[in-house]
Amino acid sequence: MARRSAPEVNAGSMADIAFLLLIFFLVTTTIETDSGISRKLPALEKENKVPPVIRERNIFVVELNKNNELLVEEAPMELKDLREAAIKFLDNGGGTGKDACNYCQGDKDASLSDNPNIAVISLRNNRETNYASYIAVQNELVAAYTALRNREALRDYGKSFEQMKEDLRDPNYPGDEESLREDIKKIQFKFPEKLSEAEPKK
Amino acid sequence: MSKFNKKKSGELPAISTASLPDIVFMLLFFFMVATVMRQNTLMIENKLPIADQIEKLDKKDLVMYIYAGKPSSRYRASAGDQPRIQLNDKFADVSEIKAFILAERASKREELIPFLTTALKVDGDTNMGLVGDIKKELREVQALKINYTTRTGSAMDN
Repeated sequence: MARRSAPEVNAGSMADIAFLLLIFFLVTTTIETDSGISRKLPALEKENKVPPVIRERNIFVVELNKNNELLVEEAPMELKDLREAAIKFLDNGGGTGKDACNYCQGDKDASLSDNPNIAVISLRNNRETNYASYIAVQNELVAAYTALRNREALRDYGKSFEQMKEDLRDPNYPGDEESLREDIKKIQFKFPEKLSEAEPKK
Repeated sequence: MSKFNKKKSGELPAISTASLPDIVFMLLFFFMVATVMRQNTLMIENKLPIADQIEKLDKKDLVMYIYAGKPSSRYRASAGDQPRIQLNDKFADVSEIKAFILAERASKREELIPFLTTALKVDGDTNMGLVGDIKKELREVQALKINYTTRTGSAMDN
């Protein structure tokens, strides 16, 4: 008897099976957003600790009331002007003596901050404030710091602060990682993020 | 001499579909690799606010997620329509956050604990009272690194 060859398996339905799997993965896939504004919360203070005295001109009060209206230094302001106002406040450099700021480019207004090192932005919100508007304000304030840091980084190291941070993340960065980290620290020291958040008002 | 006759060329030859499975498999592998399975089933509405000053959270295993928002329509009858907190797969009270953070910490290796970040995935329509309460709880357990998860876009559209 002649040897029978094994019959060939019909692969015509392979495509169907693969499609089925494909559709399953398509349906179950959710592309998650895992990016956002990173912040550091202040550590819990002891009850009886006396808050440090800060001069009035070094505090920039940003308030969001319960109707989501933005009040900056007790005057209403549009959200789109907030970034500009915060930059103006931080970069004012009106201090003299030990508070003098030799890299600030502001107009040295007497009512704005002495030095970005001691300038504090105080963000107050009401319990009824909407989260979305709070995030928008946070975003603008962080943007103000980033803009100033970018300017300093461009002047000192020839690339923006955001680029420096990106390079730090990049495993293929050709330069020295340790000195890059130091440079980033120096820029952060020039414009430290001093964003204080008061307990929300009832 | 019919042996050398040409075949009738009137009909178009059928297109071979033999490589179709290969193409589909290629797509399938792409999706299998690119898929991130959802960790938690959301029981709340979660329309995140928009911001553009964002940083990416790259180490997924070092992130703890706290969700908050109004219960979605399926759970509205049982959970009410006020914004709630969701931890893992169930609604939680503000006071349960501490236990949640401590449990998450206990499940990680000790040297990784300082790098843990808390991602707040809060619906844009929530009031700040709830967010403030969450932040207060986080401060009490020293979970100070937080990230307000947002979508990317102009903050003016909020």
